[in-house]
Amino acid sequence: MVRVDGENNGRALIQVRNIDMKYRRGSEEIHVLQGLSLDVAEGEFVAFMGPSGSGKTTLLNLIGGLDTPTSGSIRVGGEEISELSSAELTAWRARNVGFIFQMYNLLPVLTAFQNVELPLLLTKLSRADRRRHVEAALSLVGLEDRMKHYPSQLSGGQGQRVAIARAIVADPTFLLCDEPTGDLDRKSAHEILDLLTALSKEHGKTILMVTHDPLAAEHADTILHLDKGELVETVRTEARV
Amino acid sequence: MKHLHILFGNLARKKVRTALTVGSFAVAMFLFGILVVVRLAFQAGVEIAGLDRLIIINRTSIIQPMPLAHRDRIQRVPGVTKVTFSNWFGGYYQNEKNFFPIFSIDTDSWLGVYNEFEVPPEQWKAFTEDREGAIVGEKLVERYGWKLGDRIPIKGTIFAGNWEFNLRGIYKGTRQQDDPTQFWFHWKYFDERKEFQKGMAGWYTLRIDNPDNAVRASKAIDQLFANSPYETKTETERTFAANWVKQMGNIEFLILSIGTVVMFTLLLVTGNTMAISVRERVRELAVLKAIGYSDRTVLTLIMLESLVIAALGGAVGLGLAKLFSLRGDPTGGILPIFYLPNIWLLYGFAGALVIGSIAGVIPAVSAMRLRVVEALRRV
Ligand SMILES: Nc1ncnc2c1ncn2[C@@H]1O[C@H](COP(=O)(O)OP(=O)(O)OP(=O)(O)O)[C@@H](O)[C@H]1O
Ligand SMILES: [Mg+2]
Repeated sequence: MVRVDGENNGRALIQVRNIDMKYRRGSEEIHVLQGLSLDVAEGEFVAFMGPSGSGKTTLLNLIGGLDTPTSGSIRVGGEEISELSSAELTAWRARNVGFIFQMYNLLPVLTAFQNVELPLLLTKLSRADRRRHVEAALSLVGLEDRMKHYPSQLSGGQGQRVAIARAIVADPTFLLCDEPTGDLDRKSAHEILDLLTALSKEHGKTILMVTHDPLAAEHADTILHLDKGELVETVRTEARV
Repeated sequence: MKHLHILFGNLARKKVRTALTVGSFAVAMFLFGILVVVRLAFQAGVEIAGLDRLIIINRTSIIQPMPLAHRDRIQRVPGVTKVTFSNWFGGYYQNEKNFFPIFSIDTDSWLGVYNEFEVPPEQWKAFTEDREGAIVGEKLVERYGWKLGDRIPIKGTIFAGNWEFNLRGIYKGTRQQDDPTQFWFHWKYFDERKEFQKGMAGWYTLRIDNPDNAVRASKAIDQLFANSPYETKTETERTFAANWVKQMGNIEFLILSIGTVVMFTLLLVTGNTMAISVRERVRELAVLKAIGYSDRTVLTLIMLESLVIAALGGAVGLGLAKLFSLRGDPTGGILPIFYLPNIWLLYGFAGALVIGSIAGVIPAVSAMRLRVVEALRRV
């Protein structure tokens, strides 16, 4: 269940309450998010759309613990993250968030395997366990035969699939995708979206995705529009229920 | 550490750049090693020069000799235990490039005063029995491939003419800094053959019973000959050696300034390289942090990168300097004592690591401070 009115009963996995986000640019103050509320239940696949500069990335960064709001509260699994220190947030991200960015996601000096392994290096897992998890994640995205390849030896779509494998390998609480298909051709984009849909439907992953592409947004359970700092739920196209 | 492959991946990213930085470290540390060798070469004489040994030269100038008659009077000064004397013999072997210190020595008293030199007793005996005999330092013997019994022609420059000596013995220094390149022959033979300055000693060297008496004994000796035609100047051997080094110019200052400039340049070169290399991967660092890598881990990764470069370059440079020093004096005689003690390798390596960490610290701190959201916006 997704709500944008702040009236949920507290059972949602992600609860954003009344957050404000202001940026200072010199003397000018930019009010990006104003009193925004959002509830996302576990297992939801939510797409965010909206004009450029409307604050989509800002919202995702706040929910992902990359930044803290000027005011308001963000709870994930009951934990208030807007009050965590920067070091605490870092540790929290490692446990809870899988990030998939638009591009330049992977470390070029590491192989696909090593890139996917990165989040696991922060855990206490043994080398053998790490290997098992990485192989499972890479085969889930269909790249078990590309483990030793470097990012420069992969296509854009393959690179993004490696990024997805890395995002899910440590089994985070939810996934954040900021324009994951923004740099890809139609076909690759479709593969990625199918993959995300499968992660949502078959593995029950909670996914928050920003996109400019209405067709991409169609893959989500819910589409939200962000405009002038406020969220509006879009009427669902019932086509793909 | 589980993250080492990230570190080495980053070093391997621009192999040429890494190699060049390691190379500049190596060159600088090699230079450091050689400067240390040169410094020690000049200092060696000073450092080991005895405080219980005095040198007496003619007050007017070191090249003016003094009468042999001084000797008995010096001997009677309280505190003086042993006296010997010698003369400088300017000369060379075969051609002017083969230059080394040649002394005519008083065979009866020489080793009593210069007891740091060791000569096998039978060789010393053979030497004393041969008017034209000579004792030569082991390094010199090695350099020219001489053997006991060889007849060695020496061309005199001050006391002109062709002199010939028979190699009767080889001396060794007992300490590393002892000059192994001297050539000694009989003062008596020298005095008989030369045509001027007969019966004169170039300088006296003497031992005293206690270094505390050095000042008093020096004064007493100089007073003894005050207002005579041959006034003296008496100093401890150490002061004498230090003044000698000083005459060669301010070596210490030269070495220090060259060293400082090189190290400072190295710091700038490495610091700049590290800064560029961090700037290039702002995005990657941001991704690492987003994934959950702590600021400390990121800082450590960058610092270690700089330290690995410093350690590699330092090891290579100092290793080469050590090898170079082992081959001995390349100048053919100017720096008879030419060695690089291991403790200085350690100092050098520690210095390299210090420079490596200073060079790494600014880029590492900026990587640590990097804010993920801002870095991800920069494409
Ligand atoms: N660090 C910052 N300092 C000042 N202004 C900022 C900063 N970060 C974002 N902004 C501003 O906040 C607004 C929202 O930016 P945001 O990146 O969230 O938009 P977006 O919806 O993701 O846009 P796009 O679709 O182009 O990615 C923009 O006007 C942007 O200029
Ligand atoms: Mg954006």
